[in-house]
Amino acid sequence: MNNKVKALKAAFPHTIPIFTGFIFIGIAYGVLMESKGYGFLWSLFFSMVVFAGSSQYVAITFLTSVFNPVYALLMSLMINARHLFYGISLIEKFKDAGKLKPFLIYGLCDETFSVVCSAEPPEDVDKNWFMFFITLLNYSYWSLGSILGGILGSVFSFNTNGLDFVLTALFVVIFIGQWKSQNDHRPAITGVVCTLICLITFGPNNFIIPSMIAILSVLTILKKQTDKNELAKEE
Amino acid sequence: MTLTTTQTLIIAVMFAIGTMITRFLPFILFKGNNANNSYISYLGQVLPYAAIGMLIVYCLKGVNLIASPYGVPEAISIIIIGLLHYWKENTFLSIGVGTVMYMALVQIVFV
Repeated sequence: MNNKVKALKAAFPHTIPIFTGFIFIGIAYGVLMESKGYGFLWSLFFSMVVFAGSSQYVAITFLTSVFNPVYALLMSLMINARHLFYGISLIEKFKDAGKLKPFLIYGLCDETFSVVCSAEPPEDVDKNWFMFFITLLNYSYWSLGSILGGILGSVFSFNTNGLDFVLTALFVVIFIGQWKSQNDHRPAITGVVCTLICLITFGPNNFIIPSMIAILSVLTILKKQTDKNELAKEE
Repeated sequence: MTLTTTQTLIIAVMFAIGTMITRFLPFILFKGNNANNSYISYLGQVLPYAAIGMLIVYCLKGVNLIASPYGVPEAISIIIIGLLHYWKENTFLSIGVGTVMYMALVQIVFV
């Protein structure tokens, strides 16, 4: 037990920026759902079952038009395709997570991925429980935000315009932290440049899958070059 | 509500299945022997850096560079976060100042 409390204490500070972001974006989601006739229990249900912010927002458009489950599934696959990268990145890190592993994967949203892949627990803290609590806390914040939003409805008066930037800020901070910790900046540059080029080429609604293909291609070429150079050195 | 309760439940389940396929698939595909594949372990090393870069651009996809305010609030806030974080390396300070800065810019300056 002590072991878990320790992991929870170590995990919590890493989730504070996500708390801020999720509570408010969750509230915005709950308010929006409420305005379409779906009360807080529905918002909570979607948040707990789907647990993916952008697809939940898109799902609202499916709730307010003609019933089309097949297109809903395809849409969800497309919007969430970026998660494939998170999984590949974390295969090694989740290897020994045992019974915690299914939940770690289930809760692997953008924000949880960014923290899990960058935060290191203190030496005396169990790594798997540390990652578990990061995931669980983020999951709870999102659910809590959706309920609050559904209940508060339209009575909310504080101007939260721009508050969702807290998550962009978090990603920028993690990007810089990673940048400083690495000598080889090519993967980071590849991620930004390929995605930017695809955003400009394909537009804001269809650029993620082309970006993923472009990133994979460039990284593969980089590996081949590195392998070649090493081979040349050996000879 | 436009849909019936059952239809709403089905839409929720469809979105959940789509999401979970994308989250679980890598772990199912690269289980056991495949996990030792040198290409996959290479991707495991470099993808986290590329993925965070991709995520930043993804967050900024709605920014319109050819209409006012031309992405200026985003640019200013990100530059400030960058400088502050490079200098102080304090996560909360960087995120806090950057977010408050952005909110002030979009609520007061570039209304």
